Amino acid sequence: MNRRISGKVLALHLGIIVLLLVAQFVLSPYHHTNVARIMVFATFALGYNILLGYTGLLSLGHAMFFASGIYGAGLTVFYFQFGAIEAFATGVLSSLVLGLVFGLIAIRTSGVSFLIVTLMFAQAAFLSILYFNEITLGDQGIVISQVLQPFELWGTEYPFSDPSVKYNAALLLFGVTFIICIALVYSPVGRVLVAIRENEARTRMLGYNTYKYKLVSLVISATLSGAAGAMYALLFSYIGSTFASIQYSIFPLLWTLVGGMGTLIGPVLGTGLMFYLVDISSGLTESHLIVVGVVLVGLVLWFPKGVMGTIREKWLTWLP
Amino acid sequence: MSLGPHLFLALLEGTVAALVLALTALGLSLVFGVMRIVNIAHGEFFMLGAVLAWWFGSVIGGSPLVGFLVALIAGPLIVGAVAIATDYLILRRIDYDPESTIVATIGLLYIIQQVVLTFYGGDAKAVEAPIYFRVSFPWFGYSGYKLIVAGASALLLIGTWILISRTQMGLYMRATQQDEEMAQALGVPVRRVYALVFAFGAMLAAAAGVLVVPIQQAHYLMGLEPLLLSFIVVIIGGLGNLRGTIVAAFVIGISDGIISVFFSPTLAKILATLLVALVLVVRPGGLFGEEE
Repeated sequence: MNRRISGKVLALHLGIIVLLLVAQFVLSPYHHTNVARIMVFATFALGYNILLGYTGLLSLGHAMFFASGIYGAGLTVFYFQFGAIEAFATGVLSSLVLGLVFGLIAIRTSGVSFLIVTLMFAQAAFLSILYFNEITLGDQGIVISQVLQPFELWGTEYPFSDPSVKYNAALLLFGVTFIICIALVYSPVGRVLVAIRENEARTRMLGYNTYKYKLVSLVISATLSGAAGAMYALLFSYIGSTFASIQYSIFPLLWTLVGGMGTLIGPVLGTGLMFYLVDISSGLTESHLIVVGVVLVGLVLWFPKGVMGTIREKWLTWLP
Repeated sequence: MSLGPHLFLALLEGTVAALVLALTALGLSLVFGVMRIVNIAHGEFFMLGAVLAWWFGSVIGGSPLVGFLVALIAGPLIVGAVAIATDYLILRRIDYDPESTIVATIGLLYIIQQVVLTFYGGDAKAVEAPIYFRVSFPWFGYSGYKLIVAGASALLLIGTWILISRTQMGLYMRATQQDEEMAQALGVPVRRVYALVFAFGAMLAAAAGVLVVPIQQAHYLMGLEPLLLSFIVVIIGGLGNLRGTIVAAFVIGISDGIISVFFSPTLAKILATLLVALVLVVRPGGLFGEEE
């Protein structure tokens, strides 16, 4: 992979954003809403992939960052009648702070200990949401669509209940995140992160402060996940403790692995594929959990690189 | 009740919980120590033990004691067989790669949960205690069965210790833990040791599940809590350090008991996690772990 972004890479990735922009005019209402949801989840997966795919740190606690975005945005709307922009900013900021504080502790551990620590802290966050139920109403959840004011720009009001506002807000978040990820991967910091993934001891020996780089990666990853959470709360207007449960830590891992970790398109494709796979299978059978389980086991046995990872290996070696 | 008896009750509850926790965490720690892998589905083996105890109890009928004794032996054996199948069908094929194992055992977690949900149902089901008597203290009566649980757990812990320190199998396990390649070169059947250790770890969790089910009901989602508590224990005790695991199980179990009685169980779990954070800041390898 080159240091410079080639025209091909740029065209392909920007093409995906353009494709999604055009798609809203052809999709049926059902798929329209689905794709909006997928774009928000894909943002979550992209954030997750920065840590797993490009730094080599396996986290099982990203639900807490997603949930801190959700609660940061949702609770400020609910209690203080924040507007969309302020609420979104609060959600992003709260996940950034959480990522920083958590990172300072967790990055001290490595390998399996890191995984266990992420899992435990996410569970502690989940339990805290239930424990402070009087404030968070985590038990039953909150619907904020009654309180949330429409987003206003140049004199026009954009209510979040409007599907096309939903779609384009999700697309905006996704597009910006996608571009941030491309820029990060090609930046010097991104190169160091990949070096840490490949061989941390050697990177340290070359004089890089790997602790600092891993912390940066974790904070970026947490912030992007939080941004996805904040957007989710605003667009789909429901906040609840489910989003902090272990399931929501496993989902981004699943999406990233299906699509191919350490690729940029992978997490996006994986999110879409799994979303529709679960959607279709839950129409056929009640046991859609088993689909998730079987896919996970099948991936490690036969398809460890995921869709895009395999495509990159076999055909398109120039993919980032 | 005044403070003294209250504290005594909390200590008693904490000790019972600590012994069961030690059993579950020991299985996880043993698997990590020898095989260097983390089994995310460990809590599901615990849950399978509990569900099987209910199943044997309802199939056999008659005296709950008979059903319970059958479950205590057959439950862990069935779970052990599931673990051996997992080892053979999945873990061996991915060559015990740590990260792939984590992903695969998450998958296994979902598969086991779904299978139990389909065949057993989503409701929590109670199992009658096999023996019912009350131990009366001057201040309150205490369920005698809980003391039996504590005793049985202690026996199993001692049994595990004898297995590891006094038998040939234990020697093989320790040799594999110290240096896998050297052990193999000296004729230790490492692959078989792996399969047996994985099964044994699962069986310890299943036995704990069978033991607690009369106290706590059997439910298909009950595996997460013992898994997380076991993680807390093995982190504090140092991953793979068996003595540290036991000590940490007592620290966590008893403090959990005290905080749960005086404040709330949720708060106890949150505090235990924060304790782990503190331990990791001071010693990243765990309290009893080797320095990195």
